Amino acid sequence: MAHIDFNTHISVSFNKELEDLRNAVLVMGGEVEQQLLNVIQAIQFNEASRAEKVVLNDMRINQLEVEIDKECLRILATRNPTASDLRLVMTVSKTTTDIERMGDEIARVAKYISQGIFQIDEQIKLNTIVLGEEIIKMMQKTFDAFARQDVQSAALVFERDDIIDAKYEHIMLMLKDRLRHEVEQLDNWLAIMSGLRALERIGDHCKNLCEYIIYLAGGQDIRHTSTKKMQKKIKALISP
Amino acid sequence: MNLFSRKTTPLKKLTPENIAVNIESLSVELNNKVVLDNISMRIPAYSITSIIGQSGCGKTTLLNSMNRMNELITDHKITGHIWMDKRDINHKRENVARLRTNVGMVFQQPNPFPMTIYENVGFGLKLQQQYSRRQIDDAIEKALINAGLWDEVKDRLHEPAMILSGGQQQRLMIARALALKPQILLLDEPTSALDPLATLFIEELMQSLKQHTTIVMVTHNMQQAARISDYTAFIHKGELIEYTDSDSLFTQPKHKQTEDYITGRYG
Repeated sequence: MAHIDFNTHISVSFNKELEDLRNAVLVMGGEVEQQLLNVIQAIQFNEASRAEKVVLNDMRINQLEVEIDKECLRILATRNPTASDLRLVMTVSKTTTDIERMGDEIARVAKYISQGIFQIDEQIKLNTIVLGEEIIKMMQKTFDAFARQDVQSAALVFERDDIIDAKYEHIMLMLKDRLRHEVEQLDNWLAIMSGLRALERIGDHCKNLCEYIIYLAGGQDIRHTSTKKMQKKIKALISP
Repeated sequence: MNLFSRKTTPLKKLTPENIAVNIESLSVELNNKVVLDNISMRIPAYSITSIIGQSGCGKTTLLNSMNRMNELITDHKITGHIWMDKRDINHKRENVARLRTNVGMVFQQPNPFPMTIYENVGFGLKLQQQYSRRQIDDAIEKALINAGLWDEVKDRLHEPAMILSGGQQQRLMIARALALKPQILLLDEPTSALDPLATLFIEELMQSLKQHTTIVMVTHNMQQAARISDYTAFIHKGELIEYTDSDSLFTQPKHKQTEDYITGRYG
């Protein structure tokens, strides 16, 4: 299985810089995961104050993106990284952009809750929580694959997005039904649809991250390729 | 949250006790030509400072100023002050021999004496005639350990230094300088004659040496300056154009001349 050891340079300080960079992504990922947990709880218990905290904490995630990007820039300028080192720096830079956007999607849902325009009945609430939990699992598996540079795990995460899409579509069908009968609450339903769409988008960002992980560990760019070609490339990486 | 362990204190935030060398309005004329023009810079202790610039800009002259090597040129005129340990080394009463013990120097080409490895490292100590044989043995071992050479030569200390490879000879030169326990180590393009792997070993050695010694290095290799130095000074036609922490200089240079030089637009 493709795996790169970043801890084998003659320069000990370069090892440390790359290790710090990798860890910084995991720290940022951990923050976003916590944000998602909080927003799901805010939905479950209709806690506007918890949602407000999530909105405020998004600034912190934005700041982490800036800091990590700055460090990527510094390493590019001063270390002139090549091969797997270069892939790591580029991957981290792109990964943080996607994680920051995940943070934005979560903050969007939190904002609706804090504004009181995310009022949902028990049936939709239950389905939304199930969707949220599925996204948390996907996110955890993504960051785990990043930490271990595990191509196989990253490839498996792709399949989880189909589960998320199916659950999202299921809730949307229910929402359409409600909308037909409760047109007077249009603003509320639009906010809910937008919030659910934001949650579903987190799954797409996880998929992006997995593409970067496969590029990092295996050196193969699988973006914008057909499923067949993608599977072929991944298979070649897992069992060369 | 502190995500990254690498941190360099900005020059402006350094206190006087963190300064190893304080250069004030230094001007140097050699053979009636102005080589350095009114240079002022504070070199932080226990760090690596690189001096970069195109050939003939005055880099080596600035380095040589720190142990008064420029005076070996017959026609010289030096003004300004260089403070080390509250002493102006340019003062006429300064003991130059003692200064050069405190400020070691390693040149571009390794230049071992035609002697054994042991004699090369112990040469300066023997000259001082104040150490016992045991003290010299200890100092040689320590210097070779610090220069990362001990394991490679401990069983052949009495063989000629010339049999060592280029990279080993350069580390031997560093050991020779370290044996005198200098506070400051001046390196004039220390890796330009070495292959990439030997270069990386020397660079790694410098990182460990800066725990106890202040290192000032002249280099033509900008990538090397970016990689290993904490601070970088850019000199152009004898003038100090920009001097700041290396991270800032190589990512956001403040002066156009610096930007043009480090991006390969001239020089």
